[in-house]
Amino acid sequence: MLSQIAEIAVAFFLVFGGIFGLVGSYGLIKLGDPMSRLHAPTKATTLGVGGVLIASMIHAWLLEGDGSFHELLITIFLFLTAPIVAHFIAKAHIHRHVAPEELPEAGADRGWAVHDVDSAGGQVDKDTGGPRA
Amino acid sequence: MFSRILPHPYLTLLLVVVWILLQNTVSLGSFVFALILGLIIPIVTKPYWPDRPRLKNWPMIVEYALVVLWDIVMANIQVAWLILFKRNANMRPNWVTVPLELRTPEAITVLAGTITMTPGTVSSDLSSEGHSLLVHCLHAPDPDAVRDEIKTRYERRLKEIFE
Repeated sequence: MLSQIAEIAVAFFLVFGGIFGLVGSYGLIKLGDPMSRLHAPTKATTLGVGGVLIASMIHAWLLEGDGSFHELLITIFLFLTAPIVAHFIAKAHIHRHVAPEELPEAGADRGWAVHDVDSAGGQVDKDTGGPRA
Repeated sequence: MFSRILPHPYLTLLLVVVWILLQNTVSLGSFVFALILGLIIPIVTKPYWPDRPRLKNWPMIVEYALVVLWDIVMANIQVAWLILFKRNANMRPNWVTVPLELRTPEAITVLAGTITMTPGTVSSDLSSEGHSLLVHCLHAPDPDAVRDEIKTRYERRLKEIFE
């Protein structure tokens, strides 16, 4: 009886996670511009992967009898890496495709870090070939 | 004396727990090895944490984690709904500037990560001196409301945790 309930729970979480994974992938195709497309994998897939991990934990604990905690670690690593990767993709996109005028004011500061290349010594002087003074 | 052997007690605890989770068995052998790693790594990496933040207010950390987990679930459903049933022509993607009151880099990192994981927002850039955060919204007819929600829901709690 218990194993039947566990099997239903495992199936439910697998389907649940699968749906969100599918929607996340579909959003990657459907949405209009690159910044919007970035939203689909960062959100919809966290719950997608989460559902599969919960199913895996229930399976290991209730059906196989030897519990597993690896899923917790996977969750932690995902939560640490997903925002950082999204941040880097966004920065790369702004750097290459978005002009400073298209972004809102940066509040009290000069501008956004990506466009602030001068103070970072990132721009090269055409005459000397070295970093601009 | 105590701080020389254990410069970073929470890191030690975290390393022990993570090592035991990786081993997936609770045995004396793995515990001893976890303890060795947990004692050596904080001492070796101590120079990289010249002024790490002191966490206080543990109940607030738990509250923050629960709020964020709940928001992640809601964010998933919301974004899935937008992807499936909203036509691209009706989407209002928008940039939002969030002025920061947080000053410690660790707190800003946590805030930026939280923003990326929650409803329809991705933190995209930091301003040149680190006083505001650039956030991209998937669907935000009212950018000011998004900014206010981030400030009251997440930044206020992080301020109590870190500063």
